[in-house]
Amino acid sequence: MNRSLAFLPVAAFVILALVMWRGLYLDSKELPSMLIDKPMPAFDLTTVDGTSVTNDSLPSEPFLLNVWGSYCLPCLVEHPTFMRLSESGEIPIVGVNYRDQKALALNWLEDNGNPYAFSILDEPGRFGIDLGVYGAPETYLVDSKGVIRYRHVSVLDETIWREVFEPAIAELRAEEAE
Amino acid sequence: MSSHLTSQVRLRKFSGFSFLCLALSILAVSLPGLSFAQVDTFEFETQEQQKRFRSLSDELRCPMCQNTSLSGSTGGVAEDLRREVHRMIMEGMSDEQIEQFMYERYGDFIFYKPRLKPETILLWFGPLLFFLIGAIVLVNIWRKAKKMDAEPVVVTGDSKSRLDALIAEHDRSKAVAKNSNE
Repeated sequence: MNRSLAFLPVAAFVILALVMWRGLYLDSKELPSMLIDKPMPAFDLTTVDGTSVTNDSLPSEPFLLNVWGSYCLPCLVEHPTFMRLSESGEIPIVGVNYRDQKALALNWLEDNGNPYAFSILDEPGRFGIDLGVYGAPETYLVDSKGVIRYRHVSVLDETIWREVFEPAIAELRAEEAE
Repeated sequence: MSSHLTSQVRLRKFSGFSFLCLALSILAVSLPGLSFAQVDTFEFETQEQQKRFRSLSDELRCPMCQNTSLSGSTGGVAEDLRREVHRMIMEGMSDEQIEQFMYERYGDFIFYKPRLKPETILLWFGPLLFFLIGAIVLVNIWRKAKKMDAEPVVVTGDSKSRLDALIAEHDRSKAVAKNSNE
């Protein structure tokens, strides 16, 4: 009997343990988006103010698309970050007011400030389905051609901004400058 | 006489109990109308459409709630997706087309039965793989045991004389133990 075979169970154990160890740190709540590197779905809707918007209304530079709702508490947590970003003009932010009511949305913006270039009104959540949204808040990084490059699920706080979005945006801008 | 009495008492008790049961079951039957009131109502033209709607919303997973089907979830997305499934059925789309619609937006996660493709092969055939490994190990053990039974053990030379001595020693100590017991 080949002696080296005796180490096979140990090796199998180590491999399995490593796989499961990694599994412990995977966030099963964060699903990969199907729309990465795909263009933003077509839309012909209105903003919360009642102006009509289509894909042509989107900024012609990289921008953030933030899915929010007045009922959504985590949205309130990430709101100061978006306010800061809009005040410093670092990057345009477009909102998607998801499964909300127009009047409540307008009140919320009045109370907490409006960091958005405009907010697309998606009362029935139909545009959200095309985006693959499963709950506010979600934030997408979209390039100047309207192609979705990254999705972040749940709160985008200053740490995530610094560690994830800042480098991703810098990289995207460098790529587009070429 | 007395036994007759007790059985009557028992009967009366039982009928009281069954009355309670009856009352409770009437209550239970009338309740579902209330408790399911929050679930949306959809209208279908045929029984078959309704059946397809049921099976699709059982097989599609709610993206927000991790381990609930669309039919079992009260989540907002699930409600919207049920509405979409109903719309697509009424528009005459096939099950495959509806599943493709969901896949394009929510990926493999939306299916309780993920599609067969390179990323999901381990998921589909992993259990079979482990079963095969176990079977191979088991067969090997059996074969080895059989081989050991079939081949007589031949001992020669030094080992033979040592073995003989050990057997003799063993027999002697056994005899001594037997004697001291008697």
